[in-house]
Amino acid sequence: MSEYKTINEKKADWEESTLKKVLDRFPEQQEEFVTGSGHPVERLYLPSGISEEEYIKKIGFPGEYPYTRGVQPTMYRGRFWTMRQYAGFGTAEESNQRYKYLLEQGQTGLSIAFDLPTQIGYDSDDSMSEGEVGKVGVAIDSLKDMEILFEGIPLDKVSTSMTINAPAAVLLAMYIAVAEKQGVARDKLRGTIQNDILKEYIARGTYIFPPAPSMRLINNIFEFCSKEVPKWNTISISGYHIREAGSTAVQEIAFTIADGIEYVRNAIGVGLDVDSFAGRLSFFFNAHNDLLEEVAKYRAARRIWARVMKEKFNAKKEKSMMMRFHTQTGGSTLTAQQPDNNIVRVAIQTLSATLGGTQSLHTNSRDEALALPSQESVMIALRTQQIVANESGVISTIDPLAGSYYIEAITDRIASEAWDYIEKIETMGGMVKAIEKGYVQKEIQDSAYRYQRDVEDGNRIVVGVNKFTVEEEPPKGLLKVDPSLRTVQVEKLARVKGERNNVAVTASLKALKKGAESEDENLMPLILDAVKKYATLGEISGILREVFGEFQESIVL
Amino acid sequence: MAKTVRILVAKPGLDGHDRGAKYIARALKDAGYEVIYTGIRQTPESIVVTAIQEDVDFVGLSLLSGAHNELFPKVVELLREKDASDIIVFGGGVIPTEDIPFLKEKGIEAVFTQGTPIKEITDFIEKRLEK
Amino acid sequence: MDLVDKVQSGSIRGIARTISLIENNSPQKEDIIDELYPHTGNAMVWGITGPPGAGKSTLVDCLIKRERKQGRRVAVIAIDPSSPHSGGAILGDRVRMQKHSTDEGVYIRSMASRGHLGGVSVATGDAVKILDAARYDTIIIETIGVGQTEVEIIELCDIVLLVLVPGMGDEIQAMKAGVMEVGDIFVINKKNRDGADRLKTEVEYVLGIKNALTGEEPNPVLLASSKLDEGIDELVEAIHDYLKKAQATGRFEEKRRVRIEKEVLKIFSSKVHELLNIHLNIENNLGEWISSILNGETAPYKLIKSKLNRFVKENEII
Repeated sequence: MSEYKTINEKKADWEESTLKKVLDRFPEQQEEFVTGSGHPVERLYLPSGISEEEYIKKIGFPGEYPYTRGVQPTMYRGRFWTMRQYAGFGTAEESNQRYKYLLEQGQTGLSIAFDLPTQIGYDSDDSMSEGEVGKVGVAIDSLKDMEILFEGIPLDKVSTSMTINAPAAVLLAMYIAVAEKQGVARDKLRGTIQNDILKEYIARGTYIFPPAPSMRLINNIFEFCSKEVPKWNTISISGYHIREAGSTAVQEIAFTIADGIEYVRNAIGVGLDVDSFAGRLSFFFNAHNDLLEEVAKYRAARRIWARVMKEKFNAKKEKSMMMRFHTQTGGSTLTAQQPDNNIVRVAIQTLSATLGGTQSLHTNSRDEALALPSQESVMIALRTQQIVANESGVISTIDPLAGSYYIEAITDRIASEAWDYIEKIETMGGMVKAIEKGYVQKEIQDSAYRYQRDVEDGNRIVVGVNKFTVEEEPPKGLLKVDPSLRTVQVEKLARVKGERNNVAVTASLKALKKGAESEDENLMPLILDAVKKYATLGEISGILREVFGEFQESIVL
Repeated sequence: MAKTVRILVAKPGLDGHDRGAKYIARALKDAGYEVIYTGIRQTPESIVVTAIQEDVDFVGLSLLSGAHNELFPKVVELLREKDASDIIVFGGGVIPTEDIPFLKEKGIEAVFTQGTPIKEITDFIEKRLEK
Repeated sequence: MDLVDKVQSGSIRGIARTISLIENNSPQKEDIIDELYPHTGNAMVWGITGPPGAGKSTLVDCLIKRERKQGRRVAVIAIDPSSPHSGGAILGDRVRMQKHSTDEGVYIRSMASRGHLGGVSVATGDAVKILDAARYDTIIIETIGVGQTEVEIIELCDIVLLVLVPGMGDEIQAMKAGVMEVGDIFVINKKNRDGADRLKTEVEYVLGIKNALTGEEPNPVLLASSKLDEGIDELVEAIHDYLKKAQATGRFEEKRRVRIEKEVLKIFSSKVHELLNIHLNIENNLGEWISSILNGETAPYKLIKSKLNRFVKENEII
C-alpha cells in the first residue's frame, strides 16, 4: 500500500480544505467560466495520465505525423513565420508604394488586397462598381494594372499571396504574365491564391459562379500548377472568415477541414492523384481573443487534417498530410472605441498564433474598425510581430505549451467536437450539400447571435465598448481613398482598350467561351492567352458568367 | 389602428459581410417588427423599389466596404425622386465618425456603428414613430 | 377616393399603401374594397405551397420569368410566419425574386402571418383584390404548407401547386393524411436528386386512389428543377391547360362561387358578431355573466338565449 495519495485523492482533499476555506469567504467572480467560444472551463486541470504510446500517437514530434506539435522539425528556431501584411488600396501605383515600404520595413512576403469589383469580376467602369473602386483593396482591371502593381518588385525574390477567389484563375494568369515580362520562369514563382470558393458561399459573399463550375476552375488550377507552377500554393482553405462570421473555434476548423475534404475529393474525382496536389494545399485561420483556446485549436486542426489525408484519402507523401497555414488576427475583435487598445489585443493574438505554430501571419492595425490602415498603424502592427519574434523568447522552443494539462485537454476536446461536425457533414453528402441545405450557415448564425447577445447583455465584456467606456474624440489621421479614383481607373481602362489589338482580344475571348462550354478543357492556358492580350478582368469574367451562370444565395436567418 | 412597423434591412453594393445585417434583422424581429431582408449585392434602385412595394417605414443600410458616401445618399435621392421621402433611412457598418455629418446632411437620419447596442436602434425607431 | 385612383392607375406607392391599410385593419378598409371590387375578377390567382426547403421561392422566380415573357403583369405575395413570441417576422422570400425588382411589370409583397394559422394571413385575400384591381394578370401567392391546417390557400386561388422534394421522408406521410387534397398540380422539385422518380410514383399512386373514388381526371405530377430552370416550360403549360379546362367545364366559375360564398358568410358572421358585441356590451358584461353562472343563478345556454331574446324584442326585429 503506497504511502502517497493519488492525484485525484489529493484533489478531493484540496477541494475540501484549502479551496473550500477561500470559496466560503470569497466566491468566484462568475458562476461559470467559458472560453471565447463559450465552452466551459474547469478551475484546474491535472495530469491526464497519458501513456508514452498515447503521447507518440496523439502528440508526437514536430515535422512528423500527426504534426500536432508543428509541421517543421525546427519551426521558428530555423526560420521565423513569414510576416505578411495584407495590403492594397486605391490604384496599382499607390499599392505598389505601400508594398515597397513594407518590404523595406522588414516584411518578408507580399499579401495583395483587391477591391470588391476586382474580387467579383467587374471592371471599374461597370455600374455595379459604383462607390467601390479601390476602397477595400487595389483595383485591377487588366494586365496593365498588374504590371504597375509589381513594378520594381522582383517576383523571383518575393512570395506573394493574393486574396482572390472567384476570379483567381485570372489574377494568377496575370501574375504569371508579369513574371514572364520580368524574365522569371514559372517554376520559380512562390505564392498563394486564396481560391476557396466554398467559404465564399458560407461566409464571405464574393462568389460569382455556382458551385460546380467553380470547382471545375479550381481543379483546372490544381492541375495546371502541379505541372507549370510547382512552388505555388493553389488554395488557401480558409476558416478566418467563418470565424469572423461568428462561428466558434470548433466550427472554424471543422468547417474549414470539411471544405478541404470537398476540394480533395473533387480533384481526385477528375483524375488527379492526391499526392500530386495535396502538398500545395494551405490553410488560413483566425487568431481570436482566447489565447489558450486558440493554441489548442491550431494543434487540433493539424492532427485532424493529418488523419483525414492518411485515412480518408490514402495520401502517401508527408507533405500531403501536413497542414501549413497562414493566420490573421481576428478583425471583428477590434473596436472602434479607444482604438489604441487594439494594439494590445493584436499582441495577444500574435502570441496565440505563434505559440500555435503558424507558418505566416498578418497582424491587424489599430484602426481596423474604422478604415484601411494608415502607414503609421500598419508599422506598429508589423513591429508587434517583430517584437514577439525577436524579444519574447517564445520562438526558442517548439510548441512550448504542449504538456500543459489544460492545453492538452482542450486540444483533445476541440479535436473530438470538430470530428463530430466533419462526420455529420459527411453523412449529409459533403460540404456542397451541407451548404445547399443551409446547415453550415445556420450553425454559424446561431453562434454569432449568441455571441452578440452575450455582449449586449453584458455577459461578455468588450473593454471600451460595454465596460470601461470613455467619451471620445473622433480619431484622426484615418486613411481615405480618393473618390475620384474611379474616374482615373475608367480613363486608364479606356486607354488600355484603345491601345490593344481588339481583334486578337475578341478571338481569345471566343476561344475561352468555347473552352468553358466544354467541360473537359483546362481553362488556364486560355485565360493566360486572353490576359496577355489585355482582355480585361470584367470581359473574361463576363464570358464565364455567360457560360456558368451566377450563384444565388439562400437566406438562412 | 395598430400599425405594425415594417423595416427593410438591405446591403447595397458589393460588400458580402452580412453578419451585422443578419444580427440586426433578427434582433428587430425579436423586438416585434416585420423585417424584410433582401440579402447582399443590392443596387440602390432595387432597394428603393423594394422599400416602396413593401411600404416600409424604415430602411436600414449596412455597408462595410467604404462605399457608404456614394451609395447611402443615392438611396435617399432615389426615394425622394419616387415621392417616398417619408421613408426613414438609417445606416451602419464600417463608417468613420467623420463621415457621419455628411451622411446626415444627405438625409441619412442616423448612423449606428459597431458596438451600438440594439436598444439604441429600437429607441430611435420608437421615437421616430411617435412623430 | 384618392388611394383607389392610385391603385387603378397602377401607382406602386398607392398599391403598397393600400395593402398596408388592409393589413392593419384600417377603418377605411371596407370602403376601399367595396370601391375596388367591381374592377376585380380579371386576374388568375396561383397558389404555391409546400414544406420549407422545397424551393418554392426559386420556383416562383422561374414562373415570373415565363409569365413576363408572355407579356403578363405579375404580382407575388410571399407569406412567412410571424414569431409567436415577439409578433415580429423576418420576410426573406423575395431574395430569390430580387432580379425582377426593377421590372415595372412585377410587384412583390411580403406578408407576415400575424398569428393567423392557415398558411396565409388574414389580409391576403383582400390584398389579392387590390392587385387584381391594379390590373396584374397573374397573382402568385407563396406560402408554407406542412400540415392540415395550412390549407386556406385553396380558398384564395384558382389553381394550387403543391411543391415537394425528394428526401423529405416523414413529411410525405403527413402529406398523405389530407394535404394532398390541396394541390391541383404537383411539382416534384430538385428533380436531379436521388428519389425524385420514386417520389413522383408515390404521389401518382396516392392521387390515383383519390381520383378513382371521385372519378376525376388524374392531377398532373411534374418533375422540375427550379435551380436549373428545367421542366418549367412544361409546368407553365400544365398550369394554363388546367385553367383553360376549368373555365371550359365550369369548374372555374364554381370555385369562384364557393370562394365568394365563403367570404360572404365570413363577413356576415364577423359583422353579426361585431353588432351583437356592441349591443350586448359583451366585453363589459362578460365578467358578470360568468359570475352569475358560477353562483348558480343561470346556465350558459339559458343566459345567452335570454340575452338574445331581449335583444330581438328591444329592437322589434320580429
